[in-house]
Amino acid sequence: MQLATQMWQSVKEFLLLDLLGGLAVTFKTQPTANVVTEQYPKERPQVAERYRGAPRLNIHPENGETLCIGCDLCAKACPENLIVVGTVRNKETRRLDLTTFTYDLSRCMFCGMCEDACPVDALELTQDFEMASYTREGLIWDRQMLEEGPRPTPYKQ
Amino acid sequence: MTEHPLTEPAMIDHLAEQEIVLNMGPQHPSTHGVLRLVLKLEGERVKSVECVIGYLHRGVEKIGENRTYAQFAPYVDRMDYVSAVSNGLGYCLAVEKLINVEAPPRAQAVRVLFAELNRIASHLLWLGTHALDIGAMTALFYTFREREDILKIFENYCGARLTTHAFRIGGLQYDLYEGFEQECAKFCESFKHRIEDYEKLLTQNPIWQDRLVGVGILNAEDCKRYGVSGPMIRAAGEAWDLRKAQPYSGYEQYDFDIPVRTGADSYDRYLVRIEEMRQSIRIIEQALGRIPGGAILAKVPKVLKPAPGEVYVSIEAPKGELGYFLVSDGTLHPYRVRVRPPSFINLATLEKMAVGALVADVVAIIGTIDIVLGEVDR
Repeated sequence: MQLATQMWQSVKEFLLLDLLGGLAVTFKTQPTANVVTEQYPKERPQVAERYRGAPRLNIHPENGETLCIGCDLCAKACPENLIVVGTVRNKETRRLDLTTFTYDLSRCMFCGMCEDACPVDALELTQDFEMASYTREGLIWDRQMLEEGPRPTPYKQ
Repeated sequence: MTEHPLTEPAMIDHLAEQEIVLNMGPQHPSTHGVLRLVLKLEGERVKSVECVIGYLHRGVEKIGENRTYAQFAPYVDRMDYVSAVSNGLGYCLAVEKLINVEAPPRAQAVRVLFAELNRIASHLLWLGTHALDIGAMTALFYTFREREDILKIFENYCGARLTTHAFRIGGLQYDLYEGFEQECAKFCESFKHRIEDYEKLLTQNPIWQDRLVGVGILNAEDCKRYGVSGPMIRAAGEAWDLRKAQPYSGYEQYDFDIPVRTGADSYDRYLVRIEEMRQSIRIIEQALGRIPGGAILAKVPKVLKPAPGEVYVSIEAPKGELGYFLVSDGTLHPYRVRVRPPSFINLATLEKMAVGALVADVVAIIGTIDIVLGEVDR
């Protein structure tokens, strides 16, 4: 019995059977139907619906007013303290009017706690994942940028 | 100029003839991150090893003292970034024990599902990079292909692929998405055949066996002495798994085996991890069939102010026992957060295993310890 196993082992080693078995696995993925590589800049991936990407401050679709009520809950929830909400008390309506809203993307880790904290769904992390900037200042988004989305700078040769 | 005593290992003062000191890392591909090893060699033989760590130290434990309990949750994902879900699970369980809250049954089942998916993802990354270290390049591409499927499920569920922040204290933030069960079942079905493929590539491969069998032996006695846990101690013949020993998050409801081998070498650690992936698939398939309905988040106060006290909770992370020790002084912030990382404690055995081995074996040994430097340095 032992002799038989030993002989089988030698035959396997001599004929490189284990190597060929491995190569069979490799050649199984050769047909183009089995290729899984994504051609990123040419073909954009469809990210998930719940993807936590670039932040957006939602505006009312009809009158264009901000949905933010200036409650400061997102700034309080943020572990990195990177949201600064500027408000002023409106004398007539007795409500807080949003003046400035700063979101420092360079420190953001996209944990999603700000959007969880928002009671009116004004602040939202969107599916946009391309947020690179040439400067550090470019990553500090102001209210306009948060409402309209990033403004890409076209560069010419 | 005086050198700091810690930066230059003392042993290079006492070099015998024929001995050289080789600095391996911190930018070496096979040290899996920023681990620096100072090896004293006699020819190809390793005479002594000294680990120099701390290159990825971010002070996670100290950060915890300046955040509220809920705010600290995303940071723990960044310790062992390969298995962020398990890190989050351990932390959530620790805080839940501190405030005496239990997650609802649906949340517990979903937690088990994602923790097991993450275990497979972690082992896949380990298998791919370890095979790459040994010289078998092909396995890397296949394991990353399957890992991508798991990361896609994570992305669909919680919106992030790597640092997921999937769980919240008291349960879950997100409910399962439409089509999760089908996607998961499809993955499990295809993954069973994929494991066969990995085994065909590696298990019987003569080069793979020559490089791993009998390399880096650490017997059960030494494992216990060093406090080693996870696949390393299971490959040494000890059926020690916290999922069985002290079940958490409803693991006692699932039927699975603890894979045990007795060789205690690198090859057996490889086999244990392969078998663990199969067992994880078993758990996922059982959990998929019976996800209870109901609430996903227990009643947790908006402002967490636990009573003064301390708590230690440990879970079976892919790399071993991951423990959280939290001390509360009754304020909004933890008084102390201490993490017991499996990688750090398992890495301490490197010297025991590597002394007397060849330089090439050191690469194999680091590989089978399965370290993530984000967790070693924290």
